[in-house]
Amino acid sequence: MTKALLSVRNLRVEFPTRRGTLVAVDDISFDIMPGEVLGVVGESGAGKSLTGTAIIGLIEPPGRIGAGEIRLKGDRIDDLPPERFRRIRGRRIGMVFQDPLTSLNPLYRIGHQLAETIVTHTGVDAGTARRRALALLAEVGIPAPEARIDNYPHQFSGGMRQRVVLALALAANPELIIADEPTTALDVSVQAQIITLLKRLCRDHGTAVMLITHDMGVIAETADRVAVMYAGRIVEIGPVRAVVKTPLHPYTAGLMGSIPKPDADVTRLVQIPGSMPRLTAMPAGCAFHPRCPRAFAPCPTARPNLEPYGDAQVACWLFEQPSAAAEARA
Amino acid sequence: MLAFLVRRALQALLVMLVVALIAFTLFRFVGDPINQMVGLETTQAERAQLREALGLNDPVIVQFVRFAWHALQLDFGVSYQFKQPVVTLIGERFPATIELAFVSAVVALLLGIPMGVYTALHRRSWISTALLTVSLLGISLPVFLTGILLIFVFSVTLGVLPSFGRGEVVHLGFWTTGLLTASGLRAIILPAITLGLFQLTLVMRLVRSEMLEVLRTDYIKFARARGLTDRAVNFGHALKNTLVPVVTIVGLQLGSVIAFAIITETVFQWPGMGLLFLIAVQSADIPVMAAYLLLVAAIFVTINLIVDLFYALIDPRIRVDARTA
Amino acid sequence: MIDVDAPLPSTGATHRRGRLAALLDHDLVYSFTRSKVTVGAALVTLLIVLAAVLAPWIAPHDPFDLRQLNLLDSHLPPAWAADGDRRFLLGTDDQGRDVLSAILYGARISLSVGVLSVALAALVGIALGLIAGYAGGALDSLIMRGADVQLTFPAILIALLIDGTMRALSGEARNEDTAFWVLVLSIGLSSWVQYARTVRGSTLVEKNKDYVQAARLIGLDPTSILFRHVLPNVMGPVLVIATINFGLAIILEATLSFLGVGLPPTEPSLGTLISIGNKFLFAGEWWIAIFPGLTLAGLVLAVNLLGDWLRDALNPKLR
Repeated sequence: MTKALLSVRNLRVEFPTRRGTLVAVDDISFDIMPGEVLGVVGESGAGKSLTGTAIIGLIEPPGRIGAGEIRLKGDRIDDLPPERFRRIRGRRIGMVFQDPLTSLNPLYRIGHQLAETIVTHTGVDAGTARRRALALLAEVGIPAPEARIDNYPHQFSGGMRQRVVLALALAANPELIIADEPTTALDVSVQAQIITLLKRLCRDHGTAVMLITHDMGVIAETADRVAVMYAGRIVEIGPVRAVVKTPLHPYTAGLMGSIPKPDADVTRLVQIPGSMPRLTAMPAGCAFHPRCPRAFAPCPTARPNLEPYGDAQVACWLFEQPSAAAEARA
Repeated sequence: MLAFLVRRALQALLVMLVVALIAFTLFRFVGDPINQMVGLETTQAERAQLREALGLNDPVIVQFVRFAWHALQLDFGVSYQFKQPVVTLIGERFPATIELAFVSAVVALLLGIPMGVYTALHRRSWISTALLTVSLLGISLPVFLTGILLIFVFSVTLGVLPSFGRGEVVHLGFWTTGLLTASGLRAIILPAITLGLFQLTLVMRLVRSEMLEVLRTDYIKFARARGLTDRAVNFGHALKNTLVPVVTIVGLQLGSVIAFAIITETVFQWPGMGLLFLIAVQSADIPVMAAYLLLVAAIFVTINLIVDLFYALIDPRIRVDARTA
Repeated sequence: MIDVDAPLPSTGATHRRGRLAALLDHDLVYSFTRSKVTVGAALVTLLIVLAAVLAPWIAPHDPFDLRQLNLLDSHLPPAWAADGDRRFLLGTDDQGRDVLSAILYGARISLSVGVLSVALAALVGIALGLIAGYAGGALDSLIMRGADVQLTFPAILIALLIDGTMRALSGEARNEDTAFWVLVLSIGLSSWVQYARTVRGSTLVEKNKDYVQAARLIGLDPTSILFRHVLPNVMGPVLVIATINFGLAIILEATLSFLGVGLPPTEPSLGTLISIGNKFLFAGEWWIAIFPGLTLAGLVLAVNLLGDWLRDALNPKLR
């Protein structure tokens, strides 16, 4: 069995405040295989972005990683000293953010920003770096790269800018890219282009992708596997076809039902009543139970763990082993 | 970019026009233009004649144009108090003020920018806290109090630095400089520190707050995510983006430095324009007041234009026209 | 996004604890009591303000009562010095006035000018801002151009100009009693712009909101709309501006008095006292200038600290 590229175990991200410590990511574990696309989907505030930020080590104080391990190809990275971690960023793990306009420094030409990244990680001379930058721009689909390499960010349209951002993230050829809502800030017509581009680039370079988004449609098209997050926890994770076609967790089922399908024969879209709980008022037991149409005895009392079920893993008492469920009820 | 500059130039012209109007109003209606030319014995008839001869009964617009025309030729009339042409008076004292302002600004920038960067990058160190506390003093102490305290310590108690005057000056054409003589250099130290302290504080706090803002942006986050070194992120990216608005604001402050020089010059009896203006205010010497106003306005407006030009050159969003791909 | 400062869900218990407890639990009060520096600053300010307000009652002497002054008492150093006199704790000046009492009365005057000029600036600024924002068009342009022109000049210059103009207008017969009000006027008029800009911005935002359009449709008076809806929204930033302004106003007044165009020696503010004392620094009689100086510095420092805290507390970005 191939070794996981990224391995996250029991990760916990917390924020100490004067009202107590708020836990935003609560004991999540997952793997990403080399070259695979893992989608991470969930509502705003579910903790998806924080997970990505934690992996690349950019959590801002007072937030911090409270517990857990993050391993890259078996080596622990979450406890690395800052300088060693810096060398991993960009070189082995890259990250792309939502808004391409604010992701680029407006005062520097993009050629400069590209070359800078290349030189930092590979130490080549300026000429080589520039040639590589041109190649990258061509690869991400910027027309006439020689003309545009000396442009400033504001001279590009939104879609083109996101391509530049992708080029920057791929400049040092990382093994994993964390893409945090890469299409949310773009026009719908451009979104598809960027997603296709992302898929192609990662296939060509063998890069794994952690694709964070709230858009199930993007996941369905792009991801190999998908993790569904709710209130800082992973409630279901599995191959994308399985999760989309036969969602196990009631929350996932609700998400799938809420996607408009033009060819399906439905009269109403499914709506999940209520909203995700705030960090300061997390329900006991399963975090979803107050909104769950299928909640029963063990749900409010104990938190279900991620257990395998068929191709996928799910954290729900409905699918737990009978003995575990009985224990919880007791 | 051309359109931008033209717009700014027009704005500058408008400001000058308004100031000229105010100066003219002061000159003509608050002050008495024939004040210095008459004695007590002059009869009413002679005064009326004089008014006519000076064109004081012409329509106001005509008088204003005449005033503006004279002003452009640097003819501001004669000071009520000193009985000398205003332009001569100001001209003699202009270099003193400019040198003082310049030296204090340089000191403030050379010290303030590094201090600001340091306090932004090392937010929790005790040095930062100390610097910020001292900076609070810098804002709180009125300029004249700083001057007096400095005089008290260095002139009265320690006796090492002079407390008044400019020292020996060297004449270079129409300019006089105190920077080329030992006594001149010693004389400028305390006034420059006095005038520079509050500027230093301002610069330091400005750099700090701008840098903190910049450090929170997405492009800095992305730069870090790309694994750029701390040095590249903090100085290559953050500092450059910080300095652009900082230089703009500092440039705009230069004008107020010239105004605050009034206070410093008073405390140290520094023979500059500011002291002249103060004496004019105290003795209601309208021609000097009006002329100083116009001159200072011209300086401010010029500095503003230069700063705008600088900003346009530095920020590519203004310099290079935005084109969509 | 994580909402770490979301309020705790309201339960019956909160209601029972009462509104005072809820008030004390507010973020503002919390950050205030946590910062020892701010508490210290507030205490100092309070102390000086109280001392100033109560000056007529707690000052050991009346420095303006010519009958009490005795030239034999002049030039006395502070009580703890060799030639000191226990009656005059901080020494006396060249007229025999008790420095401590002079400081108390002087602080009173300085604070009065500060408060009144800030009130004037706020009044003018808010009014002009509301008008400019609401009326729009030519009136708005006019007010804003005027503001721009005025902003080109530092406050001290404007204050000096207004003072000089008043002086010229009133001619030789300059009434020293009016010095106080001329000062309030010059300082107030030199600092209205900040208020106007902020208020105008808020007004513009509110003006376009639906409820304002609706109110206008049914014929509600625009003044009441402005007062009841725009004004409350704008009070936070206005307060912040006012605290900065207050410190600046005190400094400005002290500076003008020091320069001799503010309050005269017969009704001295802290600035005037310092300028009087300045003349005797070289004679070694430091107490006449230094004590008022320290008081002034302490007052402004305290006010600035309070203002800093207020700005940080009200700024959501820094939480």
